[in-house]
Amino acid sequence: MSMIEVRDVSRSFVLRRRSGRWRRTAHTVHAVSGLSFTVEPGEMVGYIGPNGAGKSTTIKMLTGILVPTGGTLTVAGLTPYVERTQLAQRIGVVFGQRTALWWDLPLRDSYELLQRIYRIPPARYRTNMATFTELLDLAELLDTPVRQLSLGQRMRGDIAAALLHDPDVVYLDEPTIGLDVVSKSKLREFLRQTNRERGLTVILTTHDLHDIEQLCSRVMVIDHGRLVFDGDLAALHAVGGARRTLVVDLSEPTDPITIPGAETVKVEGPRQWLAFPAEASAAPLVAAVAAAHDIADLSILEPDIEDVITRIYTSTPPPG
Amino acid sequence: MANARAYLLLARMWIRVSMSYRTSFVVLTIGQFLISGLDFVAIVLMFTNIDALGGFSLTEIAFLYGGSTLCLGLADLILGNIERLGRRIRLGTLDAMMVRPVSVYVQMCADEFALRRLGRITQGGLVFAWAVHALDIDWTAARLAMVPYLLVFGTAIFLAIFTMGAAVQFWTADSSELANAFTYGGSTLAQFPMTIYPTEAIKALTFVIPITFVNWYPSLFILDRSDPLGLPGAVRFGGPVVAALLAAMAAGIWRTGIRHYRSTGS
Repeated sequence: MSMIEVRDVSRSFVLRRRSGRWRRTAHTVHAVSGLSFTVEPGEMVGYIGPNGAGKSTTIKMLTGILVPTGGTLTVAGLTPYVERTQLAQRIGVVFGQRTALWWDLPLRDSYELLQRIYRIPPARYRTNMATFTELLDLAELLDTPVRQLSLGQRMRGDIAAALLHDPDVVYLDEPTIGLDVVSKSKLREFLRQTNRERGLTVILTTHDLHDIEQLCSRVMVIDHGRLVFDGDLAALHAVGGARRTLVVDLSEPTDPITIPGAETVKVEGPRQWLAFPAEASAAPLVAAVAAAHDIADLSILEPDIEDVITRIYTSTPPPG
Repeated sequence: MANARAYLLLARMWIRVSMSYRTSFVVLTIGQFLISGLDFVAIVLMFTNIDALGGFSLTEIAFLYGGSTLCLGLADLILGNIERLGRRIRLGTLDAMMVRPVSVYVQMCADEFALRRLGRITQGGLVFAWAVHALDIDWTAARLAMVPYLLVFGTAIFLAIFTMGAAVQFWTADSSELANAFTYGGSTLAQFPMTIYPTEAIKALTFVIPITFVNWYPSLFILDRSDPLGLPGAVRFGGPVVAALLAAMAAGIWRTGIRHYRSTGS
């Protein structure tokens, strides 16, 4: 049985806008339309798309917070909007910017409360606490009230809270946003390990393509409420052709640089933008440019989601 | 049962939090006691110039005052912070409650459970106890039984009104003041004998927002007074019926509200 089954799910909102002194006209916004996908147990899926594409609407429907206007969906065999409280035992949710922990409580007290609310067997609770405390570096934070934690610390605390009751599925909304490089890589390692060892199914929304590349075997891209891509990372690269961009400042303006394997996409005075495949190393390219020109400065731009989505559109017509 | 357990868990946790700021807890509790007590001091001062208000003596008014204050205080202690629903909806923090395996209503009732509200309850309780002690009435078994009856169903009526006031915030997130007018405002009106208000007001407080069933009608029975509206004597025992009706309405509005929230995602 699939862990998540979504069949032809739609969600529209009726917005009422003032259109005159007294009149209000209703118009319908389709946040999600005709969404279908399944997720198998143990999969780690990146769910990406620009702001307002329907990501959080989808997550809210999968957790039972929102009722879909059409279609059917089940998570762990349960219908979320009907069996929301039972489902709560089987899922974990991290809401990104908003903590699910109690603001005034030290982390430790929050966890003890969760243990009781979720009726986690004491032995299981101790094992999980020991594991998470070590892997997420929580030992020094346990006695600090949540409101005093930094964003990164709080995120770690929230992730432990979401996993404490051994859920089958966890939804992570932007788990690495605002974290420094070291924290990001630690967090990713933790998620990889938990996924591997517990067979945890993970749905991850993110703006950071690195999260996807390092964690997810599968990517779903949503835009304007429709799934525009569903496949593995290699396929995303093939279709979306994620490219990085080398920005070089030359000592003086020159003609566009021509180097095999890179495309000069923009020239502005002495500054030039060279796009190259995301998986290729930047080193030979830099060397090639340096061999022919005098470089004053350089930087590398990572591909962003919007870029990938634009390329998906230009390479294939959206399905449906 | 599971809900009661969850409520106690959450309430106990908030008590522990408030106890970790012990001084602040003590100051706040005494503050509530004093602020709540000032109303009664005003009544006592008034009685240095008058002998009766609306035909009721000071001890009788103390009985009404104590009953109303106790019922409101108990209801406020049990779910006073439910009025923060609107704020949680605006901030989006209600979602975190919706993904926990406990009823959202129970979580909202217990949210930031404030033991300092014992201040008001203690004050109301003291006035009530004094009135019971000082009243010159024949304490028959029926009159005696009416005292817990008043407290239980009076509290239940306020609980239902608090819940309705909060549930309305599923549609209008900023309406907590409106709800307060009915709860705190209603309780203040019920601290005095209804005989001081115009008949239309008494009718409104009986048939529209049935605050009179909190303490007025049970007190009429205990104090052996006649009903200014002249309703049948059985009305004095109407508390449970009114409480049940209000509770059913409150449950209906709350459920509809949750459904509305889940279908608008606001």
